[in-house]
Amino acid sequence: MNWLSSYIRPKIRSIVGEQKDVPDNLWQKCPACEGMIFHREMTDNDAVCHHCGHHMKITVQKRIELLFDQGEYSRIKLPNVPEDPLKFKDKKKYVDRLKDSRAKTKEKDALIVGLGRIGGQKAVVAAFNFSFMGGSMGAAVGEGLVTAAQTAVKEKAALIVVPSSGGARMQEGAISLMQMPRSIVGVTMVKNAGFPYIVLLTHPTTGGVSASFAMVGDIHISEPGAMIGFAGKRVIEETIREKLPDDFQTAEYLLEHGMVDMVVSRDQLNTKIGKILTLLMETKKDYTPEGKNEPNGSSEQTPFPDNKDRKEKTKGNVTSLDKARNKKKKAKKRHQSKKNKSQTPSQKTATH
Amino acid sequence: MLDFEKPILELESKIRELRNASSDDTLNIAEEISRMEIKAQRLIQHTYSKLTPAQKVKVARHKDRPHFHDYIKNMIEDFTPLAGDRLFGEDLALIGGLGRFNGQSVVVMGQEKGADTESRLKHNFGMARPEGYRKAQRLMKMAEQFKIPVITLVDTAGAYPGLGAEERGQSEAIAKSIEVSLNLKTPIVSAIIGEGGSGGAIAIATADRIIMLAHSIYSVISPEGCASILWRSADYAKDAAGALKLTAEDMLKNGLIDSIVKEPLGGAHRQKEKAIRRVQAKISDSLQELSSLSPDQLVEARHAKFLQMGRKAA
Repeated sequence: MNWLSSYIRPKIRSIVGEQKDVPDNLWQKCPACEGMIFHREMTDNDAVCHHCGHHMKITVQKRIELLFDQGEYSRIKLPNVPEDPLKFKDKKKYVDRLKDSRAKTKEKDALIVGLGRIGGQKAVVAAFNFSFMGGSMGAAVGEGLVTAAQTAVKEKAALIVVPSSGGARMQEGAISLMQMPRSIVGVTMVKNAGFPYIVLLTHPTTGGVSASFAMVGDIHISEPGAMIGFAGKRVIEETIREKLPDDFQTAEYLLEHGMVDMVVSRDQLNTKIGKILTLLMETKKDYTPEGKNEPNGSSEQTPFPDNKDRKEKTKGNVTSLDKARNKKKKAKKRHQSKKNKSQTPSQKTATH
Repeated sequence: MLDFEKPILELESKIRELRNASSDDTLNIAEEISRMEIKAQRLIQHTYSKLTPAQKVKVARHKDRPHFHDYIKNMIEDFTPLAGDRLFGEDLALIGGLGRFNGQSVVVMGQEKGADTESRLKHNFGMARPEGYRKAQRLMKMAEQFKIPVITLVDTAGAYPGLGAEERGQSEAIAKSIEVSLNLKTPIVSAIIGEGGSGGAIAIATADRIIMLAHSIYSVISPEGCASILWRSADYAKDAAGALKLTAEDMLKNGLIDSIVKEPLGGAHRQKEKAIRRVQAKISDSLQELSSLSPDQLVEARHAKFLQMGRKAA
C-alpha cells in the first residue's frame, strides 16, 4: 500500500491537479450550542452563531475592518524593537516561536494598528492578534501601543484598543512586565490631549494585559461571552479549592460587577462606538476641522443615529465604493449581508 | 534552611559546640575555632558569590529575610499605619501609612508576608487583594496632596488569585495603581526587598527610582508558573529561573531598575539590620536626587523612564 499512497497517488494528483475546489469545511459546529452553521453564513455574520449568538474568534484583520466605517482604514507602520532581548529558550527557542508565528500570521508581532473613522469620527484602532503567541504583550506590542497613542494625539483622533491576549509575554521576562506601565504611559498621552480612550475587551483578556491599559479606559466595552480577568480560572480554583461559577470572568459577569460599561454584540460595535465617540468629541469639534473638508470625510461625518440609517448610508456609497479597491468591496458585502439579517438573534445587545 | 546553606550551618554549629565544650579555653581549641571560623567565612563568601538564579529565588523567599515590618521598625520613626480603601475593606497583605524617614515625613507602604503561620495567614502571605491596591492609590494621592514623598517596599509572590479578588476587579485595581503611580506629582522610590512578583509588584513599583537588594528577584511570572506553562512541568523551575533573567544583576543590565544594594555576607537574613541600613541609605540618596525636580518634571521623567523600557537591547 505504501508505494500506492506515497508514489502513485501524488503522481496522479500532479497530473489531475489538486482537487481542492470543494472546501472541506462547508459546515461548522458552534462551540456553544452545537448548531450547524454554513460557511457563508459564518462569514456574513462575522463569525457570530445565528442560532445562539455565540461570538467566535475572528482574525485581527477582520476585527479591525469591522470596526472602521466601511471597513476602510490605513495601516500604521510600527517601529522595530530589539528582538529576543533575553535570548530566551524553554523547550523551544523564543526566536523560533517568533518565526513560526510570523509564518503563520504573516504579521511581525501581535498588534496591528489602523487609522480611519468610526461613526465619522477619526479613530486609531490597535487590535491584538491572538493567533500570534496568544496575543501576548512584549516590547513590540508595548511599542505598538505607544505608537498608536502617539498617532491618536498627532491625528487628533480617539484611541480604541482591542485586547485579545493571555497576558504578558513570558519569553521577555520583566521587560514584558514593564510594558504594563509603558502602555499606560501611552494611553495617558491620549487622555492628557483630551481624546477619548476606549477599550473593547474581546475574548480573552487576562493577566498583565487586563491589569494594565485594558482597565483604565474612559469607556470599557466588551463582546458577549468574552473571558476577562486577572488570574486564570484554573489557578484560582487550585488556590481556593472551590469550583467557580460557570459565568465567572465572562463579559456579562464583569458588567454585573461594574467593570465594563456595556456588552455589545459584534454587529453593533461600529454603530455603538461611533455614537459614543460623537458624543464625547462634541466639544472637540475645533480639533478636526480638516475632517469636515475631506471629500470622503464629508459623507462619513454625520453619525449614524441607528442601524437602518447606517445601512442606507452605506448603500448610498456603493457606487463610489465599487470603483475602489477589493477591500472596500468586501466591506460592502458585509454591510449588505447585515441588512438581510437584521432580525437575527445575534443582535441581542446588553447595555447599561 | 536552604539546601546550599547546609554546609555553612553545619560548620557553624560545630564551632558553637567546640566553644561550649572548651570552657577551660585551651590554646589549641581556640586556634581550631578561629581556623574554622575563617573556613566558615570563606564558605559563605564562596557560596554567595556564585548563587544561581534558582538559588537566589530561594534566598529572596527566605523566611528569615527582613520583611516590611522589619524595615519599618528600623528605618521609619513615628510609623502611623492607615487602614482601608474607603470602598470595601482593609487588606493586611499591603500595609501603608505615614512616618518619618531620616527626619522627613513620608508615606510608606509595602507587602508584608508575615513571619510565622499566624501572621502569614493574617497578611495573606503578602498577596494583596484589590482593596490593598486601592488603599495604595489612596495613600499615594494623599502623599501628593501634602507634598511628601512615597516609599514602597515590594515583597510579594503576586496579587492574590481569588474569587472575591476577581469579583472586585483585581485587574482594575492594579492597572489604576500603575496609572496613579505614573502620574503622581511627588517622588516615589521603590525597593524590591524580596520577591517582586509580577503585576502585584509593579502596581506599587512604578517609581522614579527602583532599587533592588542583590539577592531579591523581580519577574513577570514565578519560575514554577513559567515552567509549568512552557516546559509543561513545574520540575523545570530551575531552568525557568535562569531563562527569566529575574536577578538584580539582570534587571540592572536590561535597564529595568536603577541600582542594586549589596547584601551583607550570606544574605540579608543573616544580618537583617545591616541590610536594612544599606537599603535606607540608598533610598535616602534617591530621594535626595529627586528633591530638585518640580512635580511636573518628576512626572515627565517618570513617563520617559518607562517609555524606553524594552526599546534598547541590553
